[in-house]
Amino acid sequence: MDWIYEPWPWYVAGPMIALIMFLLLMVEKNFGMSANLRTMCTLCGAGDKADFFKFDWKTQRWNLIVVVGAIIGGFIGSYLLSSDTAVAINPDTITDLQAMGFNSAGNAYLPDELFDLSALTNIKSLLILAVGGLLVGFGARYAGGCTSGHAISGLSDLQLPSLIAVIGFFIGGLIMINFIFPLIF
Amino acid sequence: MRTLSYLFIGIVFGITMFKSEAASWFRIYEMFKFQSFHMYGIIGSALVIGIVMVQLIKRLNIKSFYGEKIHFNPKAKSFNRYMFGGIIFGLGWALAGACPGPMFTLVGAGYAPILVVIFASILGTFLYGVFKDKLPH
Repeated sequence: MDWIYEPWPWYVAGPMIALIMFLLLMVEKNFGMSANLRTMCTLCGAGDKADFFKFDWKTQRWNLIVVVGAIIGGFIGSYLLSSDTAVAINPDTITDLQAMGFNSAGNAYLPDELFDLSALTNIKSLLILAVGGLLVGFGARYAGGCTSGHAISGLSDLQLPSLIAVIGFFIGGLIMINFIFPLIF
Repeated sequence: MRTLSYLFIGIVFGITMFKSEAASWFRIYEMFKFQSFHMYGIIGSALVIGIVMVQLIKRLNIKSFYGEKIHFNPKAKSFNRYMFGGIIFGLGWALAGACPGPMFTLVGAGYAPILVVIFASILGTFLYGVFKDKLPH
């Protein structure tokens, strides 16, 4: 059973994601995590500001429960099912990242520079996290879905809009890493 | 009972996101640098199985656990919203290194700064809702 404490290889993780989508379909739900962000806006009273948030949040209650599960799953995966959480990325990637100032590359699950508690008192780190989150939230809703809704659910159903969105995800990601990262790191 | 099934699915999802390292900022960076097959393997294998699964459900008319027909929601035809929205999402995905599923997984894994990403993404969603009618769709 030692393998369970090791990082899961792609050929375990991919089928697990397909299984999660299958289970959701079998309980008559569609896999899509970013919809929860809209529900959270509605719960915060955003319906008073824009009609987009005027809907019965109870129809998305199931999805919020999936979120609670995802949080619990993160705790279990990290604290109960891992001995060492350092991510063994490509040595070339580690060299690149260290040259950019990410000294934790290769030795941590997330970069300390952005996700250590000390990042909360660093203006640059806070800005990066906030701008990143803002773009993710805005873009996911504009595109009508995120990685789960488009790249997994939509593409599995061979939907052209999802293919356009996923191509967009990659254009955005490549622009960020190749053109914007050199300016900010 | 249904609540427990959603909770169970969420827990399996959270464990999978963490243990596969799909919730790691480093893996997302490495993916966009094309320096590893890992993330492509995850998404690709999920997709191949997903396509076969959806086709089987449709062709064999497989019913849900509750005996109902399984519905798929076809997305409205358009180009602009998917491309522009997709690019904006991709910019944020690469910067924050987390998409809307894994960001919650990271809360459970104890990384407090991810809460900044979550609050900002809720704000981003709110801004979309406010400016929705002014954007090309």
